[in-house]
Amino acid sequence: MTETIVHGRPKGFFATFERRPGPIKKNMHYCPGCGHGILQKLIAEAISDLQIQDKTIIISPVGCSVFSYYYFDCFGISVPHGRAPATATGLVRSNPDSIVISYQGDGDLGAIGFNNFIQAANRGENMCVFFVNNAVYGMTGGQMAPTTLPGQKTLTSPYGRSTDNEGYPLKVSEMVAALDSPVYVERAALSTAKNILAARKAVRKALRNTIDRKGFSMVEFLAGCPTNLKLDAKAMNEFINNRMIPCFPLGCFKDIADERDPIRRPAGIYDRKKVRELLYPVRVEKGVPPDFRNNSEIFQKTRKIKLGGFGGQGVLSLGKMIATMGRLRNFNVSWLPSYGPEMRGGTANCSVIISRKTIGSPVIDKNCNLLIVLNQPSMDKFLPELKQNGVLIYDSTTIAKPDCSPDKIVYAVDASNIAKKIGSLMYANSVILGALAVALDSYFLTPADQADFDRTFEEAIMDCFSNKETIIKLNIEAFYAGKKAVIESRAGKK
Amino acid sequence: MLVQTIMKNKTKQVKYQAVIAADECKGCERCVNACPKSVLQMGREFNFMGFPYAVYVGEGCIGCGACFYTCPEPGAITIVKVTGD
Ligand SMILES: Cc1ncc(C[n+]2csc(CCOP(=O)(O)OP(=O)(O)O)c2C)c(N)n1
Ligand code: SF4
Ligand code: SF4
Ligand code: SF4
Repeated sequence: MTETIVHGRPKGFFATFERRPGPIKKNMHYCPGCGHGILQKLIAEAISDLQIQDKTIIISPVGCSVFSYYYFDCFGISVPHGRAPATATGLVRSNPDSIVISYQGDGDLGAIGFNNFIQAANRGENMCVFFVNNAVYGMTGGQMAPTTLPGQKTLTSPYGRSTDNEGYPLKVSEMVAALDSPVYVERAALSTAKNILAARKAVRKALRNTIDRKGFSMVEFLAGCPTNLKLDAKAMNEFINNRMIPCFPLGCFKDIADERDPIRRPAGIYDRKKVRELLYPVRVEKGVPPDFRNNSEIFQKTRKIKLGGFGGQGVLSLGKMIATMGRLRNFNVSWLPSYGPEMRGGTANCSVIISRKTIGSPVIDKNCNLLIVLNQPSMDKFLPELKQNGVLIYDSTTIAKPDCSPDKIVYAVDASNIAKKIGSLMYANSVILGALAVALDSYFLTPADQADFDRTFEEAIMDCFSNKETIIKLNIEAFYAGKKAVIESRAGKK
Repeated sequence: MLVQTIMKNKTKQVKYQAVIAADECKGCERCVNACPKSVLQMGREFNFMGFPYAVYVGEGCIGCGACFYTCPEPGAITIVKVTGD
């Protein structure tokens, strides 16, 4: 007599679930009769049969299946509510060989994360989405989900979902199938044995598509949440078969994997330096040796510089030039632009911090000690934020003389007019840079530093306008013009 | 009748058995409802976790796997094929 196991604990699960509290380390945390367990068994069986455990990443969502990574003997990752498809995108783009499974509930996928989901589907990311539609929010106690049936009573639809008030259930499979990118969309039900076997087939088909890099596959599973629906096993299956299926018809909505070539995405960039150069043209440096170049005495304290103007005036690049200057002088620097609707009109601003110490936060919150403004609204907005004894530099062509307390050190620069003479208003920011050089020069520099200091600014300009020679020349011209104007006006006053 | 006799002579005797791991069962009764041969029942005793658990009546399993796939627990049910000579 020989005994063989024909159906037994799937090999895709860990032999024991060590992370489960209590002595029974073999069963899952789901309620008795829960659909999650039924589906996860099918997945565990499939990843083992398809021999993909060593490259499968299952994303555990927020919801009752949050602990899925306790169970599967493959890679796992946890994500914030609804964000699985975005994380999956990152995973599969950075490592196209991985088989990424985004496992999601109907609250997770259909409500909070719907945009993440539908965009990933529309981009045709090479992943599998296994979508558990149990018609409620399970984990939080049975609130109404986008997929709750018309008339279905839940914690938050105590009189039954009213289509007048809450609309109709979200038909995710139908919507996804209507997009061009997804290759496979099927809806299955975890109710009768026949339906579960169809679901089993769908799991495997979706995974095979992912292995073959065919793109986006999704299977929706109508599942039971007997706890929140307060139904026993029999009534739960009847609910799925007689109430859910008429609303969410089963079947394959789309299967075009055979017609599609495997996806090839552009290769990723793994060179950290290159990525940093792309993302942060000005680097935040840490721990450079202090004897690098001329270690001037300026900025012994941390300097917090706020710059404001309107979009297009070059406020952000002015900030970048200052930060670059600081970097060339071996400071830690940060440059934080504030974009927003301002880019098209209102005020644009950025914060630059230059410090000998490591910079904790790049944010300047109402405590700048150097303020540069290029338009009136920025003056009105930021002047109250300038600290006592702070330095103010402003474009006197466009801004009225401010009414500020006598402790402030004020530089009025006819920047726009000077820039126009050089050829374009776009050089106004470099004129201001010249004024800044004077401001720093006379307050913080020792004579030995001064010659080198101008060169540092020049270098910063070159750095920021790399490979645009004429622009660099004109900006350097503007820089010296700004310097000259400030020195002359000071001489005139004396 | 004739066909059956031939089949019996040709093949070894095959039997299937459902084995329930009592402490892994949560007593949801899905398997009991799913079994086409009605050879699973809910037992009268409680397991370590305090759930009543399913039991196999001992005879009549055809190895269809319905109970296995409908059971939400990974290893509560195992279907074993017994081949005799
Ligand atoms: C950002 C965020 N918002 C809300 C929650 C609360 N929350 C936890 S689970 C859940 C709903 C889960 O429902 P579903 O996705 O249907 O999964 P199920 O529990 O039914 O498997 C919500 C709203 C959260 N954890 N994080
Ligand atoms: S609450 Fe519902 S979905 Fe969550 S584990 Fe229990 S039965 Fe499953
Ligand atoms: S394998 Fe089929 S016949 Fe055997 S106990 Fe399970 S459901 Fe019943
Ligand atoms: S389906 Fe599984 S958990 Fe439910 S009663 Fe049967 S053996 Fe127990």
